[in-house]
Amino acid sequence: MNLVRVIPVLLLADEGLVKTTKFKDRRYIGDPINAVKIFNEKEADELCLLDINATKQGKQPNYKKIEEIVSEAFMPITYGGGVSSLEHFESLFNLGVEKVSVNSCLFDNPSVVYDAANLYGSQSIVASIDLKKDIFGKYRVVSHCGQKKQKKTFEEMIELLKDLDCGECIINSVNNDGCMKGYDLKALKYFCKNLRIPVVSMGGAGSLNHFKESIQAGSSAVGAGSFFIYQGKRKAILISYPSEKEIYELSAKA
Amino acid sequence: MKKVVIIDYGMGNLGSISNMVKFLGHEPIISSEKDTIKNSEYLILPGVGKFDAAINNLKDRDIFNLLQDLSKDQNIHILGICLGMQLMCLNSEEGNLEGLGIFDAEVKSFRKNISKSLKVPHMGWNFIYKTQNSQLLNSIDNARFYFVHSFFVESNKDNEVLFKTEYGIDFVSGLKNNNNVGVQFHPEKSHKYGKEFFKDFLEN
Repeated sequence: MNLVRVIPVLLLADEGLVKTTKFKDRRYIGDPINAVKIFNEKEADELCLLDINATKQGKQPNYKKIEEIVSEAFMPITYGGGVSSLEHFESLFNLGVEKVSVNSCLFDNPSVVYDAANLYGSQSIVASIDLKKDIFGKYRVVSHCGQKKQKKTFEEMIELLKDLDCGECIINSVNNDGCMKGYDLKALKYFCKNLRIPVVSMGGAGSLNHFKESIQAGSSAVGAGSFFIYQGKRKAILISYPSEKEIYELSAKA
Repeated sequence: MKKVVIIDYGMGNLGSISNMVKFLGHEPIISSEKDTIKNSEYLILPGVGKFDAAINNLKDRDIFNLLQDLSKDQNIHILGICLGMQLMCLNSEEGNLEGLGIFDAEVKSFRKNISKSLKVPHMGWNFIYKTQNSQLLNSIDNARFYFVHSFFVESNKDNEVLFKTEYGIDFVSGLKNNNNVGVQFHPEKSHKYGKEFFKDFLEN
């Protein structure tokens, strides 16, 4: 039985961890090293670390911080944020990152993604797709932390991912981010059905039931931020992670 | 404390293996120097990337033949991880070049051999089943490990197979002959199971 992966998504802004709502309203959560240590103790399946300032500020990845984080984690780590050249990929893999996620680079510099997949194997390249729905319910692919609208349709995104030989795909919803009301299942279903690579859902999980819905929609892994960080209605900060038994049950239902 | 040489041939995720070796109280040495490699009791051949590119990199650094020789040395323990294990086989459907041939096994493509309904790469946590007893993971049952791969190993020699894993088919997730070990999973990224695996390998 291949187990469903349950992935905490940590948003790095400069030196600290934050949690966003709809990609905005950043709330400071704490020190990333401390959070990673806790997830390591809880034996999380995998971690996803996204630097949401890097591309915006035109910075390269914060290698020192990433190295500190990676050396605390005996689990696979996906890093994303500010990756725009082959050298960035190389440095990240040397630090001990397993997978590198790209979002803006898919549009600004797709050949770099292709070359990286060719050099490091497609299994280490993750395409991260952010989706935003307008008030009429029409989807738009966005990049640069949700700030830049892209013209590509879902079909074109799927072709792009195949052409670039990406090994995994994250589907994130700007509208659902931080709301804890469930994933965008419609978009998820579409990508899961049309891609042969594993799809990771992100944006909106607030309960184990939301994980279940995502798995039923076809995702191989479920990503979440708020769900692991917040406790109770008042959103007190307390890191938690499902038990091994709960993950087995989720996988059995898949 | 043991010195463990992690072979640097430009294709590996060296950082995470080095972290694990350090965590267990041993000394990791990342190197591509022939002399360092030759004089080490424990060698780890990591690997992330494509088969032919990796074989070429080993040859460019003059390590290809050296590894073949060292695999016959009773005092040297070699551990191949992921692509590292695949390189120790005879050949791969991923490329055209010959492998190190330390194991009598071949590397096949998931895409060609499993149902289209299954995602490729096989990515995530999965169980291993022991097909024979060894000192590796002897004290653990139902161990689960982290896998990321699009190609899998098929062995021609049952007595070299240590572990199997199911993903559409039963594939070989662990190989051993003499002091040479290969694993398809990433023990350096598999929490307590990975720690136990490395402990067993290094304390042998």
